[in-house]
Amino acid sequence: MAKFFALTIIVIAIASAIPILRHTWPEPPDISVHGHLIDEQMSETMAEAGISFLAAQFILAIFIWKFSNRPKDAKIAKFPGGAKGLVIAAFLLVGTEVLALGIFGTKAWASIYFTPPAANAMPIQVQAGQFAFYFRYPGADGKFGPLHAALINESNENFFGLDQTNDQDSKDDIVTAEMAIPVNREIFLLMHAKDVGHSFYVPELRVQQDFVPGLDLSIHFTATKIGRYEIVCTQLCGLGHYNMKAYLSVYSQEDFDNWLKKQAALQ
Amino acid sequence: MATTIHEPPEIEPRRRGEPRNGGWRNLVPANGDPRVVRDYSPPPASTGIWVVVYAITMTFAALTSALVVRKGSSLDWQSFSLPPILYLNTALILCSSVTLEIARRRLATFMGGKAIPGESPARWLNITLVFGLLFVTGQYVAWSRLRAEGLYLATNPSSSFFYLLTGAHVLHVLGGLVGLLYVIGKLRKSELRRSTLDAASRYWHFVDILWVYLLVLLWMKL
Amino acid sequence: MHDVSAHAAQHHAPPQGFIRKHVFSLDHKVIGKQYYALALVAVFVGMVLSWIMRLHLGWTNLAIPGLHLLSKNGAPGDIMTPEYYLQLMTMHGTIMVFFVLTTAPFAAFGNFFLPIQVGAEDMPFPRFNMMSFWVTFVAFLVLVSSFFVGDGPTLGGWTQYAPLNAVGSVGGPGEGLGVVLWAASIAIFCIGQLLGSLNFITTTLDLRVKGMSLMRLPLTAWAWFITSCMGLTAFAVLMPACILVILDHVAGTSFFVPSNLVINDQLQPHSGGSTLLWQHLFWFFGHPEVYIAIVPGMGIVSHILITNMRRPLLSHRVIIGCMAAIGILSYMVYGHHMFVSGMNPFSSLAFSFPTLVITIPATIIVLIWIGSLYGSRLRINTASLFALGFISMFVSGGVSGFFLAQPSIDIMLHATYFVVGHFHMVMAVAAIFGIFAATYFWFPKMTGRMMNETWGKVHFWLSFVGAYCIFMPFHYLGIAGNVRRYQAFVNEYLQPLIPVHKFITIAAIATGIAQFIFLYNLIHSRFWGKPAPDNPWEATSLEWSTPTPPPFDNFGGKLPVVYHDPYQYGVQSSTGDYVMQASSEQVVTEHEEK
Repeated sequence: MAKFFALTIIVIAIASAIPILRHTWPEPPDISVHGHLIDEQMSETMAEAGISFLAAQFILAIFIWKFSNRPKDAKIAKFPGGAKGLVIAAFLLVGTEVLALGIFGTKAWASIYFTPPAANAMPIQVQAGQFAFYFRYPGADGKFGPLHAALINESNENFFGLDQTNDQDSKDDIVTAEMAIPVNREIFLLMHAKDVGHSFYVPELRVQQDFVPGLDLSIHFTATKIGRYEIVCTQLCGLGHYNMKAYLSVYSQEDFDNWLKKQAALQ
Repeated sequence: MATTIHEPPEIEPRRRGEPRNGGWRNLVPANGDPRVVRDYSPPPASTGIWVVVYAITMTFAALTSALVVRKGSSLDWQSFSLPPILYLNTALILCSSVTLEIARRRLATFMGGKAIPGESPARWLNITLVFGLLFVTGQYVAWSRLRAEGLYLATNPSSSFFYLLTGAHVLHVLGGLVGLLYVIGKLRKSELRRSTLDAASRYWHFVDILWVYLLVLLWMKL
Repeated sequence: MHDVSAHAAQHHAPPQGFIRKHVFSLDHKVIGKQYYALALVAVFVGMVLSWIMRLHLGWTNLAIPGLHLLSKNGAPGDIMTPEYYLQLMTMHGTIMVFFVLTTAPFAAFGNFFLPIQVGAEDMPFPRFNMMSFWVTFVAFLVLVSSFFVGDGPTLGGWTQYAPLNAVGSVGGPGEGLGVVLWAASIAIFCIGQLLGSLNFITTTLDLRVKGMSLMRLPLTAWAWFITSCMGLTAFAVLMPACILVILDHVAGTSFFVPSNLVINDQLQPHSGGSTLLWQHLFWFFGHPEVYIAIVPGMGIVSHILITNMRRPLLSHRVIIGCMAAIGILSYMVYGHHMFVSGMNPFSSLAFSFPTLVITIPATIIVLIWIGSLYGSRLRINTASLFALGFISMFVSGGVSGFFLAQPSIDIMLHATYFVVGHFHMVMAVAAIFGIFAATYFWFPKMTGRMMNETWGKVHFWLSFVGAYCIFMPFHYLGIAGNVRRYQAFVNEYLQPLIPVHKFITIAAIATGIAQFIFLYNLIHSRFWGKPAPDNPWEATSLEWSTPTPPPFDNFGGKLPVVYHDPYQYGVQSSTGDYVMQASSEQVVTEHEEK
């Protein structure tokens, strides 16, 4: 039984590693400027975690194989180096891994969160509410008009609560149910929560950020590939959480301009 | 064995070498050196009360951080002045700690075999109890005062925290009063253990100190 | 005269009558068994919930026979509504984390064995101990009652994030009374556990018998001690947080709900609350809670492995130190659940470092386990199989933690099935394996009968392979971006992953059915198992010095004296290759804790 158990551990370990090595269910392809930093972190971590995983399972299996069913008078031997050696090994191995991943990992995080958006980043506001995302473009004046929670009215399609009669800045705001951005242009995304917690996740864009009711947060990113992607909500927000999504279209600058003109006409 | 509460117990001289903690033999390393052992262990009530004190401290720490965060998270915090009776209540509870200490010393003398003439050994415990009850009443008066000013639990976050913190504290004071009643009951039956009295006293002093902390917190933040 | 001993005498009178002996019992052993029974009921309820969830995830429009009996509104025509999925999911998580993983390894086995392992006759506060069980039981009833009220249990997940947890029924089905019942249940549970921790800590510090220095405590006793210290801090913080939630519901306060929220076109009557405050309070409890779930398992696995390796671990003190380090560090890492929550990004980095560092003591423990296998005389029985299985599972679950500890990677993996895979691996599998190992190991002592080894091994094999089949694929799903807490997968990019979900569902149901083998074994052996000797495993710690099962005062009136450290194996003595802690026999030994 012991040897069979050892074999099972090894088989399971290898079987677990195969889908990772073969990229059977891969990460969605990266379409962002900063994403490669995250992907590099991921690969490094996968290598280190993978090796640790396989090594630990293998050694566990080998020891189970070797040291079970020994005769009753077999001598108990001590692992070379004893506890001290293992403690030192753990500190060295894990410590260096920790430092490496921790310190180099800050670069990826800093590039996203500690660098301010570019001066010419295009501002877009996204509002998350049960159970849809709506987007607002500032229009020709480049300014967002103020939000009035009391004016929100879904049936009139006033999703943001804009007062387009009295607020000058709101008059040219463009509200859409789909998000479109031009390729290779930095986007400054302002995030507003209408009701409860939600989250903005586009795997290809390597972006995930929670909406926090009461806090107006922002992120910035740049898409590098034209295409159509899904924005999904990842913060449990109620019964429609699974269905809360919107499409993100990355267009060429020209196509984007056309799209925006069409949207403006629909307001 | 004393037959009434007014007679101190007869103390048998401790036999040489006999452990002092009533049969719970126990070896505790002295000064951290495992090879040198001492012949006693703290009675569980003494350790236990520190556990209780720590847990209650953590609860109020959580409430404190909730207060700080809530105050800083939005602009709707409306300060109000604390009802002046709170200061009287503070004096009352501080007095109760003093009377409790007097009670402990009197009891130590009594349990050591020396009667105190004309005085029930439970007298200062009863006085402490009265101060405690006065404190609770005074807190109720403070709440009535606030209600008269139109400040209820949900009126404003500041009032929410006032009621929450003082209410939670009063609950723990009531627990302390129950503890004191338990001690007095045990004393009446001549069954009071030193560790029980110590535990109840530590708890009571803690509740007192906790009140002073809450008063300062409320005074600073509200 | 001294009446100090009168208090000691209070422990000595045996209980009379059925109610005192089996229902409102002051005996820590009965209380331990009551906790175990509660955990057993809870785990089967939680498991059945998981089956229903998995069936729905694999086959979303499946009519699950009988489901409408559980809820007319939640499953009209036996087809689960989206909200009902979330409600079942919330109850699954809450029941499993609180009433199984905190209850069984810590409250059940700890209550039964800690006093015996330190050499005491009972815990120092038996009435508080009895209260702790019944309070926990009431908490369970309150939680389960939410299945049967109005619009059902809360749907906000076991994490109950604000402001969804505080806006009331407008937030969705179950968000009114369901949340209040959830919060009340958990607040009550916290009180029960605090009472338990009180007893555990005072037992360990004050009731050790003569010769039982702290370093001579078995690793299980240390694990329970460290766990109760963690619990003291964690539960004392969760309880007020739950009270604040209840106040937001019933008293009109706004601790967690900010202003200007609009739900269903209605402006909500709240103002100024802090959404993130809940997360900070909850995770300050929540992260230590998962270590509360695993540290007793580490102690149990160490204890069982040592007995079955016939040698002590390479270092007793290092394991204790690492468990303690994990306990302390566990309070510094909680922000790793909040990397993308809107918390200050500097804080995210700050939390990430201790999260990575906590890997070190965990790794040391695993290395010491594996290193101690080297040169040992490993015995294979069901208990040791589950203990070894724990190591494999803990490694698997632990390495996925490496990814989640880094904020930049968490951007991709947060709220995906990767997280679900990680925590199920360490909790649903490793911690449960610890419970199984403890059951098979200590059943003889608790009941006086042996469990059936053959059925035990069948149970092990099906569970070990089955658990990997269920939870390993979760990681692949997460890497592919599969978001969690979805009742159905409607997004285009998720369609290729649905076959994986079907595979997982089948594995889950098969593995779940295997658990009935365990249940059968447990019940059958309890009444008809082979009678057990006092020390069937040739083990050394004090629980094996008592009669089987132990009498009401554990040692039959004669407290033992401890002469040895808890793991004197691999020596030559009159009993064989081990010497018991309570044996006065002197043996030649390489190293002995004093």
